[in-house]
Amino acid sequence: MSSANQHIVSLTGRSKVASNKKMTFMERIYLPAIMKGFGITFSHLFKKKATIQYPEVTRPIAEIYRGKHVLKRDDEGRERCTACGLCALACPAEAITMIAAERKPDEMHLYREEKYASVYEINMLRCIFCGLCEEACPKEAIFLTNEIVPSDYERSSFIYGKVILVEPIDKRVDISKRQTPAVLNFKKDKNQSHNI
Amino acid sequence: MDGNYILYKFILASAILLISLLVAMYSTLFERKLAGFFQDRLGPNRAGIFGIFQPLADGLKLFFKEEFMPGSADKFLYILGPSLTMMIALLTSAVIPWGNSIIINGVEYSLQVADINVGVLYVFAILSIGVYGIMIGGWASNNKYALIGAVRAASQMISYELAMSMAIISIVMMSGTLSLSEIVNQQHGFHWNIWYQPLGFLLFLVCAFAECNRSPFDLPECETELIGGYHTEYSSMKLGFYLFAEYINMFISSAMIATLYFGGYNFPFMDDLGLSHNAITMIGTIVFFIKISFFGFVFMWVRWTLPRFRYDQLMRLGWKTLLPLALVNIVITGFVIMLKNHS
Ligand code: SF4
Ligand code: SF4
Repeated sequence: MSSANQHIVSLTGRSKVASNKKMTFMERIYLPAIMKGFGITFSHLFKKKATIQYPEVTRPIAEIYRGKHVLKRDDEGRERCTACGLCALACPAEAITMIAAERKPDEMHLYREEKYASVYEINMLRCIFCGLCEEACPKEAIFLTNEIVPSDYERSSFIYGKVILVEPIDKRVDISKRQTPAVLNFKKDKNQSHNI
Repeated sequence: MDGNYILYKFILASAILLISLLVAMYSTLFERKLAGFFQDRLGPNRAGIFGIFQPLADGLKLFFKEEFMPGSADKFLYILGPSLTMMIALLTSAVIPWGNSIIINGVEYSLQVADINVGVLYVFAILSIGVYGIMIGGWASNNKYALIGAVRAASQMISYELAMSMAIISIVMMSGTLSLSEIVNQQHGFHWNIWYQPLGFLLFLVCAFAECNRSPFDLPECETELIGGYHTEYSSMKLGFYLFAEYINMFISSAMIATLYFGGYNFPFMDDLGLSHNAITMIGTIVFFIKISFFGFVFMWVRWTLPRFRYDQLMRLGWKTLLPLALVNIVITGFVIMLKNHS
């Protein structure tokens, strides 16, 4: 071993310096090493298995997990999204598309802003769950939740429309965990109250 | 040769055929399960409890896969390849003594389909034909990878057959017979050959892995360089035949190891139990199958422990290590036999 090698810092503490020294007889007949290998694999027969039996058992998911999106409603149950398209613009995977429409006088109780998204679609096969749409949204309309997008057999069924995305009025989705302290502070600002 | 005799042979042969197929079928599941366990996984467990229907599902899948034949392939040989492999894999089971005899109404029925006096030679003859299935399949596919795989298989088989037969010659010298049933009978009780031929056993075991194309000697089908080797161009049930034959070969090899070195159906204290001849035979057969299962387990254990050899390493091991060791073993055996005869 040269002196230069001794200064190598091992981060794991497990690194070994490779050497090309001649193998001893015991090493050359391989059998002891093979037996050791058998011992290692055999011991694994009785180790705890890493498998999680999805879907009966699910892996614990953090509350701030970035999973399936939800389109939020406000306190009065009106859809918050104003179809500004900022989320679609921010999306690095170009997974979001929408069609804007104008709110009619008799739709005041349905949509919060004058302009709303009549069609709002996210392609869950394109989405990389980065959460940039959520960051871009000026209306706090879109959030990622800790729900997982289930698998399916058809590609077309992965394009989630408003039927899936908008939160049901009687089953509100709690997204407070995904709001950072900065956002929560921002909401306390009187000048921004129209946003809340 | 009366009708009774023919009927009994027929039943025995079909039973052994069925058992071989069944065992091969379930070794696939067993192997997948073990692979899972060795890797801290659970293995297939969705098709029935413990995945008990997994082999059926696999077989069904293979049946329904597209039947594909390369345009430039030789049609006849292409189909002959897997059929030959399968047939030859099943042929060896005829000479293996699966148990002692059963006496019904004073007539003795041996649990061996054919007790030929050259059993050992027969096994070797069949084994060497076995490589034809692979050669023909690889050649007929008209694919470079398949051909390389086939050539590798051929040279590997020839190299290791040599060391294997040399290892067995020591056994033949010791027992003075080529008949498998005779070899087993001489290992009565606990006088197993492994105690007298430990080196021979080790050589035979290593060669058996090589002959079965099992890891660490699975070079003919090594996925990393040859995509699948000789069965690259095969699909559907023809591929299934190749894969299935490998498991049958494994079963037969385990049976051969148990027969030659671990006393076959003999077990310790078999004379002291005071049971009837038939009962001892039954227990013996069960013991034999336990031994076979153990070696089946060893086959899988090795596969999931050792990495694949490089081709030059394989050849060096075969010619420069195993063959000389086998020769030394023969010399030692001969020497010991001579000393014994003189004293
Ligand atoms: S999470 Fe990221 S990728 Fe998915 S829709 Fe939002 S911005 Fe696009
Ligand atoms: S979800 Fe937000 S960013 Fe996207 S269109 Fe609606 S309001 Fe704009």
